[in-house]
Amino acid sequence: MDAASAVPLHPVAAEALVAALADGWADPARLYSASRRAQQLRDAAHAALAEALGVRPDEVSLWPSGTAAAQAAVLGGLAGRARRGDTLVHSAIEHSAVLHAAARGRAAEVGVDRLGRLDLDAWDRAVSAPGVALAGLISASHEVGTLQPVAAAADYCAEAGVPLFVDAAQSIGRVPVPPGWSLLSASAHKWGGPPGVGVLVVRKGVRWISPYPQDDLYRPGVPGALDLPAAVAAAASLRAVLGEAQAEAVRLSALVDRIRERVAATVPDVEVVGDPVQRLPHLVTFSCLYVDGEALLHALDRQGFAVSSGSSCTASTLRPSHVLEAMGVLSHGNVRISLHRGTTAAEVDRFLAVLPGLVAAIRAEAGM
Amino acid sequence: MIELDCLGQKCPLPVIALARKIRDVGVGEVIRVLADDPAAANDIPAWCRMKKQEYLGSPAPDAFEVRRLS
Repeated sequence: MDAASAVPLHPVAAEALVAALADGWADPARLYSASRRAQQLRDAAHAALAEALGVRPDEVSLWPSGTAAAQAAVLGGLAGRARRGDTLVHSAIEHSAVLHAAARGRAAEVGVDRLGRLDLDAWDRAVSAPGVALAGLISASHEVGTLQPVAAAADYCAEAGVPLFVDAAQSIGRVPVPPGWSLLSASAHKWGGPPGVGVLVVRKGVRWISPYPQDDLYRPGVPGALDLPAAVAAAASLRAVLGEAQAEAVRLSALVDRIRERVAATVPDVEVVGDPVQRLPHLVTFSCLYVDGEALLHALDRQGFAVSSGSSCTASTLRPSHVLEAMGVLSHGNVRISLHRGTTAAEVDRFLAVLPGLVAAIRAEAGM
Repeated sequence: MIELDCLGQKCPLPVIALARKIRDVGVGEVIRVLADDPAAANDIPAWCRMKKQEYLGSPAPDAFEVRRLS
């Protein structure tokens, strides 16, 4: 139940991966027949991804991870607009990959409300300020699931003449991303593709300059060899996933509704966070008062449930999630559940059956 | 004013201590919590909202004041 980190490989991805390992091992830049075969596979992967994303094949580039793609978008987008400004405007709830890239230069942060939704008035003011080179907005919160007003944010960016980068890692393969953006990134292992494939889209006419040393500084692409078999599998699985996406969104969204309702009803002193309606179909987050998040994660793991947490005790930085902080909601005892095509209603019901007892046991141990 | 020293304690311990100690605070009176865990600045106001107590703010670094309402 941690699809927002990574989901098990889609069967189509597994099949494509095995076939491409045999067929796509060569360096596509060389001039012999095995290379031409690899080149064909690469072009077909780009074309399939472009079609799935509704963009042109030459607007798509592949990166070693969603993080690498998002950081290439930020750093390359800023470099491309260096003459116009040096400031990145971003929401307070971006993925840490984007925040790390933002920390390289000047940045202006825009807050969110209690539900985790972008403050559009503050966004308008921030992108209209002088010296803004790029704006960055996550399509939907990876921690609480709240969909962001991407179309409205894009309108403000267009008025200000500022390109918009959308980190769509949680949306691609699940829900459509509204139009109006200039750069977009995604991550294959969040839709059922293999790990190690990030996708970057830079629309035609958007200036981008590579943050890395390489031959062609103006055409987005990773320096060095691409994991071509993984890219082929990523493209094949995205097509398959999009074919199932609408039905899966309906099914998972109903399971998330059930979790939201049952957790609030059966666990005392719990806060289910994020927008209950304008949200990702597969993701739900709640916080339990007086509960150590790490202890709850381990207790759930012993019951066979893999979940994530934004509590400080579970973070490498030992700080609470910046997303929960920006929303002003409880950060300890935090559990994020994110479902995928392999998650069954029976598993969700078993989770809902064991959770109240586990929370009560941890509270009892703490004397509450 | 009652002062509750939770310095050095990791979350959720300061919030647990506050929830226990608030019983000794008269309705309308104020308790000051000292806590230096980075989650405290977020979680003490959140606790106040969830438990219908009044968060008065942070008068000094690592100090948080709460008025008992009920």
